[in-house]
Amino acid sequence: MTVIVIAGGLSHERDVSLRSGRRVATALREAGREVIETDINPQLLPLFAEHPDAVAVPMLHGGLGEDGALREVLEIMGVPFVGSSGAASRMTFDKSIAHARVSAAGIATPQQVALPQDIFRELGAQTIMRGISQRYGFPLMVKPARSGSALGVSKVERAEDLPSALVGAYAYGEVAVIEEFIAGTEVSVTVLDEGDGPVALPPVEIRPASGIYDYESRYTAGATRFVTPAELPDEVLARAGEVAVAAHEALGQRHLSRADMIVRADGTPVFFEGNVAPGMTETSLSPLAFEAGGRTMGEVFSRLVDLAR
Amino acid sequence: MSTQRHDTRLDRFVDSYADRTNGMRASAVRALFAVANRPEIVSLAGGMPNIKDLALDVIADNMARLIRDHGAQIMQYGSGQGELRIREKILDVMALEGITAHPDDIVITAGSQQGLDLVTRVFCDPGDVILAESPSYVGALGTFLSYQTEVVHVASDDEGIDPAALRDTIVRLKSEGKRVKFLYTIPNFSNPSGLTQSQARRREVVDVCNAGDVMVVEDNPYGLLTLEGEPQPAMRATDPDVIYLGSFSKIFAPGFRVGWVLAPHGVREKLVLAQESATLCPPVFSQFAIADYLEHYDWRGQIVTYRHMYRGRRDAMLEELSERMPHGVSWTHPAGGFFVWLTLPDGLDAQAMLPRGVNARVAYVPGAAFYADGQGSNNIRLSFCFPPADRIREGVQRLASVIEGELEVQEIFGTRTTRPSRLHGPSVSPDLAS
Repeated sequence: MTVIVIAGGLSHERDVSLRSGRRVATALREAGREVIETDINPQLLPLFAEHPDAVAVPMLHGGLGEDGALREVLEIMGVPFVGSSGAASRMTFDKSIAHARVSAAGIATPQQVALPQDIFRELGAQTIMRGISQRYGFPLMVKPARSGSALGVSKVERAEDLPSALVGAYAYGEVAVIEEFIAGTEVSVTVLDEGDGPVALPPVEIRPASGIYDYESRYTAGATRFVTPAELPDEVLARAGEVAVAAHEALGQRHLSRADMIVRADGTPVFFEGNVAPGMTETSLSPLAFEAGGRTMGEVFSRLVDLAR
Repeated sequence: MSTQRHDTRLDRFVDSYADRTNGMRASAVRALFAVANRPEIVSLAGGMPNIKDLALDVIADNMARLIRDHGAQIMQYGSGQGELRIREKILDVMALEGITAHPDDIVITAGSQQGLDLVTRVFCDPGDVILAESPSYVGALGTFLSYQTEVVHVASDDEGIDPAALRDTIVRLKSEGKRVKFLYTIPNFSNPSGLTQSQARRREVVDVCNAGDVMVVEDNPYGLLTLEGEPQPAMRATDPDVIYLGSFSKIFAPGFRVGWVLAPHGVREKLVLAQESATLCPPVFSQFAIADYLEHYDWRGQIVTYRHMYRGRRDAMLEELSERMPHGVSWTHPAGGFFVWLTLPDGLDAQAMLPRGVNARVAYVPGAAFYADGQGSNNIRLSFCFPPADRIREGVQRLASVIEGELEVQEIFGTRTTRPSRLHGPSVSPDLAS
């Protein structure tokens, strides 16, 4: 059996994807698998035709890789792959849709509104921004609805900074989400389903030195402290794990996912983002969770490849 | 029972790094450039020369002959100053720009980028001031900042550095007790502006620096790639105290990594010692390959071929800019080199706009990269060196749409105000910077 790791793509997160893909491919080779690494390009589907026994491992972040499009095509072509279905990926990748689904499942989420750029033009930006300010107060969060790695994300402290934050988010896509800011401890929970149902790995607490877990803090080694399991009471850790598993199920995810959340001072985990293609770079969170769970990346992916087959 | 916790910063040496590495961090802008090498993207970002048209078969034969006849020598350690054979040939190259010198005053470097590094290393202590044009080469700014110097930009116009502003800046900095070490300038077809200093300005600039006891470091990678008329005499041609940086990267090929520094005797001695401590010796194989190229190949003819090819690409870019750019966008008209410098309407932030560019499949370098002080947020550097003319036209069309889209968003949100950018030199990768 051949494993085809797909990484790169045309998204804003191409660089992160290439690094994740390389790490996963290396781990799988170390686990004794035969691995081909490829970008997403016109040679991809012929490659699967050449290797009819292949299992795909999509390590694409953002764009076609994470929004479900590639996975839908793999499903059509009958190519088995590791990770969530196209439909689940589409739901998860769009923060506004994921928010609604997870919220409907009874999980705490921040108040959120998703607005396309056009609505500001049609109805008048100043009035809408005034309404947002009054509704959510400050600080608040502005994010592109469909992007990862904190690209285009702003924490807005003052009303006068809201327009430039929106301009920054709309540079990444047509829809932005605006959320109330949740103060607390930022944790990330990886969920693994190796055939016996989804299980939460130990939550990883994120403590960026700069105070903001932005792109720089994510991908500069040493810029962030990670505490595993998070420095929270055991019952809160358990609750965070339950929330991650519930979100995994609410979004219809499969095999592997990551839920990002803020734990309020009262111990309530507030879900704010799900991931169907968690980063696997040297500075990513899920590899830390694997380690804390007593697993290696090679073991995890090797098992998932067998499950997907 | 307490839980066993693992607390990591993923880099156990994180508290051991020198202060000079503070600016060396991941950046979202740098990450966006990862997409630029995909074929769907028209990259007007990279400063890579177009070397596809070199006679590669002839060069391959020459390299094979070199290895066969001189392999034992060219794969051995060499002189820290560089091989005499190539230093003698470099005199012929510099003569085209009016420079007369002695081969003993040349130090070979791994590209002129290493020349910049060595010059900064031998002259600058932390806190020293380096003066630079507005804007200036991002790769140089990265080097200067890595030595913990302070870069001060001097006002420049279409003719280059403003001599009066230069004089005032030197006087002001010295009155503040600062040590101004040198002026760094690219007088020909500057990276990123594409502009050229007039001969009168060059003389004035050198005079002002001499009067202020400030050295001049002249970086001249593009001087022979004039697209209009003959090459101009270099600043070094009129003043032997000017420290001159030369390169084969643009007139031949960058992969060999061979450049040089021409410096007064005392400086040269220090540079050789610095080179020995950095690399023992510059790459011997590359030096012989280039010396052989200069001896056996019509390199002057190759430069003429390059000029013709780059002129076509520049003209395509300028024509397309004239036809497509929205009102309020202006740009320079370079008479040589690789770059056009675009100025967006006030308030547009080229860095914030870059993701929109990537969505539209066009890449550029935001102007703030070419300043050490946050200026340049509404500037863009466009390269016409690498993509062929039809791709350049396509890229400019896409960029025009991106700018129109950004103008519309700015209009909607009323954000047309100029604000300093957070981006600075070291954030851009070398292939985009060169």
